[in-house]
Amino acid sequence: MKPKSIAVVGAAETTRMGLVPELSNLGLNLDAALNAMADAGLKPSDIDGVATAGEHPWTVAASLGINPTWVDGTNVGGCSYMLHVRHAAAAIAAGYCTTALITHGESGRSQVAPARYASNPASPFGQFEMPYGVGAPVTQVTMPALRYMKETGTTEEDLARMAVIQREWAAMNPRAFARDPITIDDVLSSTMIAYPFRKLLCCLVTDGGGALILTSANRGKDFPTKPVYIMGTGEATAHPMVSMMEDYSTSRAFRTSGAAAFGSAGITPADVDHLMLYDPFAHVPFLALEDLGFCKKGEAKHFYRERRVAPGGALPVNTSGGGLSYQHSGMYGMFALQESVRQMRGVAAAQIEGAKISVAHGIGSMFSAAGTIVFTNEA
Amino acid sequence: MQRILPQPTPETKHYWEGCKAGELRLQRCTACAHVYFPPRPFCPRCACREVSVEVASGEATLYSYVINHRPRPDMGTAPYAIAVVTLKEGPRMMTNIVDCPQTPEALQLDMPLRVVFEPQTDEITLPVFAPRGAGA
Repeated sequence: MKPKSIAVVGAAETTRMGLVPELSNLGLNLDAALNAMADAGLKPSDIDGVATAGEHPWTVAASLGINPTWVDGTNVGGCSYMLHVRHAAAAIAAGYCTTALITHGESGRSQVAPARYASNPASPFGQFEMPYGVGAPVTQVTMPALRYMKETGTTEEDLARMAVIQREWAAMNPRAFARDPITIDDVLSSTMIAYPFRKLLCCLVTDGGGALILTSANRGKDFPTKPVYIMGTGEATAHPMVSMMEDYSTSRAFRTSGAAAFGSAGITPADVDHLMLYDPFAHVPFLALEDLGFCKKGEAKHFYRERRVAPGGALPVNTSGGGLSYQHSGMYGMFALQESVRQMRGVAAAQIEGAKISVAHGIGSMFSAAGTIVFTNEA
Repeated sequence: MQRILPQPTPETKHYWEGCKAGELRLQRCTACAHVYFPPRPFCPRCACREVSVEVASGEATLYSYVINHRPRPDMGTAPYAIAVVTLKEGPRMMTNIVDCPQTPEALQLDMPLRVVFEPQTDEITLPVFAPRGAGA
């Protein structure tokens, strides 16, 4: 795909977010899709490509009355939607479809007809991790944290500071689920979930969804909103379970995906005006800042200590409030992409004036995958 | 309540039989000498299918951990550590740390550990790790 040859021309989240017991998991996907089609002024018959994770592409397509000539059901966890953007851009460039719809919906909080992930006791995870008492992601994604902290001199207070700064961004966003200001002491005295992770260092659990529509950039002017161009993309996978991650102080998937995205966009981290770093738990953006090349190993803590990523800082990060304070339905990657698109359109709640390049970077499962998209609003 | 147990496959049977016999079995590639875990019938470094089984020393160090304060129902009611250890031979594995308070003060990264075998059923014995010097 040539940089800026594909554009996002439709983007929307579900009508309601947070607590949405009136919609099922599938229903949230469809609500987001209808809103994105309305945003782009398109009908189902205008869409010929569908990508989704959690639900099957055929379920989403058929429910909406779409007959796709291209589908993608890639599910590599929360960053699946970054991979869908990458694959859709390639599919449009290859002529497999002209207009691709990517949907996310998840009844994370209300659990209305959720997508089920049964663990198999004969799988590698079932044999070599399940017997030791792992459960929710908070007992797995968090595993590298103590090692990362020891090797880099990052403290529990640094993690808490990250949560506090993201709450500052959320306070500016009427759609954010958690908006009340918090202090470092509040974070460090919140309920212990899985040491060293306390409740306020963990993502929210909410209901919601989002959808994107991509097409060729030369059609960009045919739509009601400002086109947002795909400038570069990356993806990667690594280990199937966290005990096999080769180094707990750096993610190979992050490095590979980030290098591909920045390389294909022809930019360096210094060119980035706005950054979304998927934050299921507070330590993940620290690794991402380092692995994407915004700083050297161990230096991410200074971005928080010096408030460079906070409102008014030189590198605004997670301006919606992120997974910790905005929304987190389960596979949060779509919400990072939505905020990047809003920033590039100039319509975000905490809009960064003059931002021209936005990067959305996602983690999949237990640092098992990564996806990175570089957006720009300049043709 | 019996804890959730693994179900061996043909590719991992030797490993679980080893645990039952009190041996922590790793695999070594006959072509490139790479020692690896989890088990599979070929070398993940060079794809050679000629691999041998060897017994590990049982020595390890603590690489990282979390202490789960919301115990899974089959794991009892007290907070417990889920750990990843680095074996002396190189590979890492997930485990639990026994004969040790489940506290940040007692669980220090890089502390030396040794394998202990805990029978669960007639078929399954789980390898866990204890501080080296504790007990025996």
